[in-house]
Amino acid sequence: MKRYIISAISAISLSVVCSQVQAQVGRPFIHDPSTIAECDGKYYTFGTGGGGLISEDGWAWYGGAERPGRGAAPDVIKIGDRYLVAYSATGGGLGGGHNGRVLTMWNKTLDPKSPDFEFTEAVVVAESEGIEDNDAIDAGLLLDPTTGRLWCSYGTYFGFIRIVELDPETGKRVEGNEAIDIAIDCEATDLEYRDGWYYLFGTHGTCCDGSNSTYNIVVGRSRNVTGPYVDHLGRDMMRGGAKMVIGGSDRLIGAGHFGRFIEEEGVEKMSLHYEADLDQGGYSVLAIRPLIWKDGWPIGGELFKDGTYKIESERRGYGLELAVDFVRMPRAARGFFNMDENTPVEPVAAQKLDDVIGTWPEGEISVRIGDYIGRPHQKWSVVAVPEAGGTLAGPYFKIVIEGTNRALAATAEKEVTTVPEFTGAPEQLWRIDQLTDGTFRIMPKAVPGTDEKLALVSIADSTPTLAPFDFNNVNCKWNFK
Amino acid sequence: MRISNKTVLVVCCLAFSLFAEVSAQDVRVARRSENDPTLSDTKRSIDGYFTKAGKGSVSPGEDGFIRRWLLLEPIKKDIRTNTLFTDSYMRQTFDTIYFKNQFTVVPKDGQTVKVGKDKLAWHALDSKLFNVKLFRFAYGLSKPEYGVLFWAVTIIDCPEEIQNVRMSVGSNSASMWWLNGEEAVFLSGDRRMVMDDVMSKRLTLKKGRNIVRGSVINGPGMSDFCVRFLDENGQPIKNLKISVE
Repeated sequence: MKRYIISAISAISLSVVCSQVQAQVGRPFIHDPSTIAECDGKYYTFGTGGGGLISEDGWAWYGGAERPGRGAAPDVIKIGDRYLVAYSATGGGLGGGHNGRVLTMWNKTLDPKSPDFEFTEAVVVAESEGIEDNDAIDAGLLLDPTTGRLWCSYGTYFGFIRIVELDPETGKRVEGNEAIDIAIDCEATDLEYRDGWYYLFGTHGTCCDGSNSTYNIVVGRSRNVTGPYVDHLGRDMMRGGAKMVIGGSDRLIGAGHFGRFIEEEGVEKMSLHYEADLDQGGYSVLAIRPLIWKDGWPIGGELFKDGTYKIESERRGYGLELAVDFVRMPRAARGFFNMDENTPVEPVAAQKLDDVIGTWPEGEISVRIGDYIGRPHQKWSVVAVPEAGGTLAGPYFKIVIEGTNRALAATAEKEVTTVPEFTGAPEQLWRIDQLTDGTFRIMPKAVPGTDEKLALVSIADSTPTLAPFDFNNVNCKWNFK
Repeated sequence: MRISNKTVLVVCCLAFSLFAEVSAQDVRVARRSENDPTLSDTKRSIDGYFTKAGKGSVSPGEDGFIRRWLLLEPIKKDIRTNTLFTDSYMRQTFDTIYFKNQFTVVPKDGQTVKVGKDKLAWHALDSKLFNVKLFRFAYGLSKPEYGVLFWAVTIIDCPEEIQNVRMSVGSNSASMWWLNGEEAVFLSGDRRMVMDDVMSKRLTLKKGRNIVRGSVINGPGMSDFCVRFLDENGQPIKNLKISVE
């Protein structure tokens, strides 16, 4: 009984915390997380010191991942049907103890409970000798989609960031390959490719000082994987140039160790750690954010925040609304041309929910998209539902008319409606992803009677429906204002 | 300065548990770039990063970076962590008198000063890089690299007065810079070196001889700086003559 009470209290606490936190939930405590990898429907990330985190849904993370070798700052990439894990052994001493080594090893699965779970013996692919201008730790892996060549960047503030080529079949260093210097004054690098550009992500600022850490993620880009990587000002990363991707915020301090996860076209996430999450004990935590691309540069997005919004179609710019009678406001002052100069100008009260709700039907009310003028039937409160779990995009949300419990819901006919009371049913829970262009995708957790993954779509200027998401179709995109 | 970041994590946070268990079957050494100066570092030397400054003057490089400097061997400071690098601490550190005529001397190559019990020498050098690698300067001379304060002086001969110029500095870690005896740039806190990181207010380079003086502090980690002057359009000023005599 006592145990039950404690659990109940914990659940309440978790609920409270979840409504506030902006990092992942569960026990997401990690430092230097590797790029998120998916294996048999679960998500994995490994960290410094061995082990790592596993998530069923991408939102709640718990320990359990296993990585031998301990060491620092791993990365992981799936090549074919195998996973290549890189990690670092470090000299670990001040004053010249920078005898780093980058090692790689393979596994058929990341699930430690699988009978196939067995890492190959690690091989050294790069190393640094104490006092040279490099510290061979913090590996980042890129399988170049244009060439199939495998690259590994590594290094810290101690000298240069370097890149070496690995054999994608063996994970070993390509015979005769020479390391190339590509940046200075950063660490925790990661290489990415997008639309003809190679991107070198790094971390600047001060690490490992908890809530006093100034860690921040930066980037430069190049037409060639071996550089030169320059920032938006044209400054070479060999001279310290870089553009900010994401930094700290009020409650999340010290953003570091970038990883990119592409869910599908237009839906990308970035993984990182915050050196201190003040809402979670000040510990270093895993965070996953939308990754936005603007003018060819990556920007770290934010988790969707609770609030009351106009839900605006990208297609036309109209707002999602209840299909109810339009209730006119009293006409305000008239006469543009003959206005008495002495007439006082007073604010006019906005239409209130109480002014109109009596005119609404009590049961289901369908929805449409219309000219937005800030009326109660057009204002949607979007509120996280912590107990409903989540996804890589964050927690699920309920979408209700402001001041009511009338909730947006998916129907078995693959349409959308509103129900008078939010019950927490899967068709009333919504996943909200910020897309790479900054607009949003809105998807129900489930659609009754089908396993299809459908999204809210503006099928006509004024008509919403549910349909498969297509990033290249403007009908599938929304904005919250 | 930041080299310690991951290292601090290793040492302080995770202790021995972090050290990797390496049982590699194939230890293939990553080769360094051919021009890596430490490849020939069979004995300590600054030759990989500096050449001795010659007679006369040189012009700034293509990007305007000043590469000819008089560098004083590092002054030892009791700095065990960068966390004490507050603005107040740094100002007090840079305002402290360590040797005679500290803020006025234009030393000669090989000239020495007394700092406490230590006799430290000035070295007239040209950096082979756009930046001046103070860590390598200290390491190459078998001087302390960590917990130190560096001093640098150079002479800029300007063919005509140039108004509205800015001194542009990047340094690892904090530093302070003076032009003709006046404080020009202060780079605060624990920071890495980035070109054009901090700039002075609008200054005037007078016709003839101008003296630039700088001091850079280093806790644990790398240390370097880069300095150039930009005109009012943000373009590097290159019609300068840099000398150390």
